Amino acid sequence: MSMPAIKTELSAAAIPQAATAAPVVTMTPKRAPRAETYARLAKETAARVVPPLIVVALLLVVWELICRRAGSSLPPPSKVFKDTRELILDPFFDNGGIDKGLFWHLSASLQRVAYGYSLAAIAGIALGTLVGQSVWAMRGLDPLFQVLRTIPPLAWLPLSLAAFRDGQPSAIFVIFITSVWPIIINTAVGIRNIPQDYRNVAAVVQLNPLEFFTKIMIPAAAPYMFTGLRIGIGLSWLAIVAAEMLIGGVGIGFFIWDAWNSSHISEIILALFYVGIIGFVLDRLIAGLGKIVTRGTAAN
Amino acid sequence: MQAYLKLDHIDKTFTRGTATTEVLKDINLTIEKGEYVSIIGHSGCGKSTLLNIVAGLTGATNGGVLLENREVNSPGPDRAVVFQNHSLLPWLTVYENVKLGVDKVFARTKNRAERDAWVMHNLSLVQMAHARDKRPSEISGGMKQRVGIARALAMEPKVLLLDEPFGALDALTRAHLQDSVMALHQKLGNTILMITHDVDEAVLLSDRIVMMTNGPSARIGEVLEVPLARPRKRLELATNASYLKCRQRVLEFLYERHSFVEAA
Ligand SMILES: Nc1ncnc2c1ncn2[C@@H]1O[C@H](COP(=O)(O)OP(=O)(O)OP(=O)(O)O)[C@@H](O)[C@H]1O
Ligand SMILES: [Mg+2]
Repeated sequence: MSMPAIKTELSAAAIPQAATAAPVVTMTPKRAPRAETYARLAKETAARVVPPLIVVALLLVVWELICRRAGSSLPPPSKVFKDTRELILDPFFDNGGIDKGLFWHLSASLQRVAYGYSLAAIAGIALGTLVGQSVWAMRGLDPLFQVLRTIPPLAWLPLSLAAFRDGQPSAIFVIFITSVWPIIINTAVGIRNIPQDYRNVAAVVQLNPLEFFTKIMIPAAAPYMFTGLRIGIGLSWLAIVAAEMLIGGVGIGFFIWDAWNSSHISEIILALFYVGIIGFVLDRLIAGLGKIVTRGTAAN
Repeated sequence: MQAYLKLDHIDKTFTRGTATTEVLKDINLTIEKGEYVSIIGHSGCGKSTLLNIVAGLTGATNGGVLLENREVNSPGPDRAVVFQNHSLLPWLTVYENVKLGVDKVFARTKNRAERDAWVMHNLSLVQMAHARDKRPSEISGGMKQRVGIARALAMEPKVLLLDEPFGALDALTRAHLQDSVMALHQKLGNTILMITHDVDEAVLLSDRIVMMTNGPSARIGEVLEVPLARPRKRLELATNASYLKCRQRVLEFLYERHSFVEAA
């Protein structure tokens, strides 16, 4: 049985958990002897890592058994590893065109996400602040947002291709438009939920609007903003793979599509493994950032 | 009596859609500099509304508030409020919470080091200097209220407004804080307007007690002078004749003449 194939299953198992479950709150013991702490830490880690490993191992065995038979349409894990060995071992080769290592495909995709998502974060927080603060902006814009946010990411692609006449900005636009809605809506809710008490404090101290924004609004709404940002990053990553399949060029989405066209099923499976892991890492990154930024805010 | 703070014919009517509720009716009150005045009344009669009008957080429908003969109708640090539920900003430390106001009020008149010293001075006044780097979630309810008082004091307000400052505290902590506030008043000579629903608290702390009738359209029913010398000692007062008489008067007002009719 092969290592990367094990991870394939691991990533698939990890994503839904990351998307739905709130970050696990670990109770840090006040002050225990060091050895005891390590022992407990090891025990806790084992308790969390061992069960999924067992499940993954079992799934791999089942997969291997099912797909091993001659004439099976999907390769068993062992074959996946054999087929993609070179791709795994050398992710950095570059033969020009789209014949590049997986590193280059993934970094191209991540770059698009970085652009689109950054724009969405800035625009989303700005718009959300506006909408959350003004009753009229809320009444005027909220129904629009509620309709627009239900449009599937890919439905925007033809329109943005028509507008930009180029794949790269179109892909970035699709990411932007996909991830901006949850950021706007959550920010607006966060701003609207700022307790009257905090507004009163700001009024008595006579904070000016800019100070009110940076010292009260942003920290008070930060937990909501990060909820939106976290949903947004997940949607971005979903959208980029789909968008790249259609626009072509370097990128993990087109890599998958290309592999399908050349019937390299094993390469698809490998690519899915990477997509899953990166999506998971992105989600955790934003969640971690949120935890650092909102330290103290949530606890009241 | 020269008026330092003057509430001049204040009416307050809330309007929601077509429904209107008259909460306050023709409130007149003058407060001297350095005086400690309590407002007492049943729940829902409009005490907080009145305090918010003085603070400038709510506008009066008619009438207005004069501070040193000038009308005030927007909130400002000259009328610092200690809120009932402390209202500390949870993402700031104790020090930063007090600093927020100090930085604004003394932006021009104190330099960095002086502002820092002033924050610490006010934290020591309420015995909270040791917790300067704690966040509100890490300190007790009584401590939070102390920090709230420090935050208000640090703005050097002309009038200190307290909205049931000890309402959410247990009896022991409450007594302790009452003593602290009394000592601070003695030491700093602030003008204080305090809301309370605790008769003993009102008599112990105040120079005058303003008793409000029940809403809607609550008015000032009676104003009682408390002729007790300061400094006052909680234990000695327990048997003091004028203390008991004042207490009796307030109780009579609240429970005989204006007993609470609505279900609380
Ligand atoms: N924004 C508002 N809109 C409409 N009615 C209000 C508003 N704020 C307060 N009221 C009404 O005004 C009345 C007085 O409220 P207020 O909070 O001043 O009472 P209170 O005397 O402080 O009571 P408590 O002792 O319980 O704090 C209540 O009947 C309340 O329903
Ligand atoms: Mg009240």
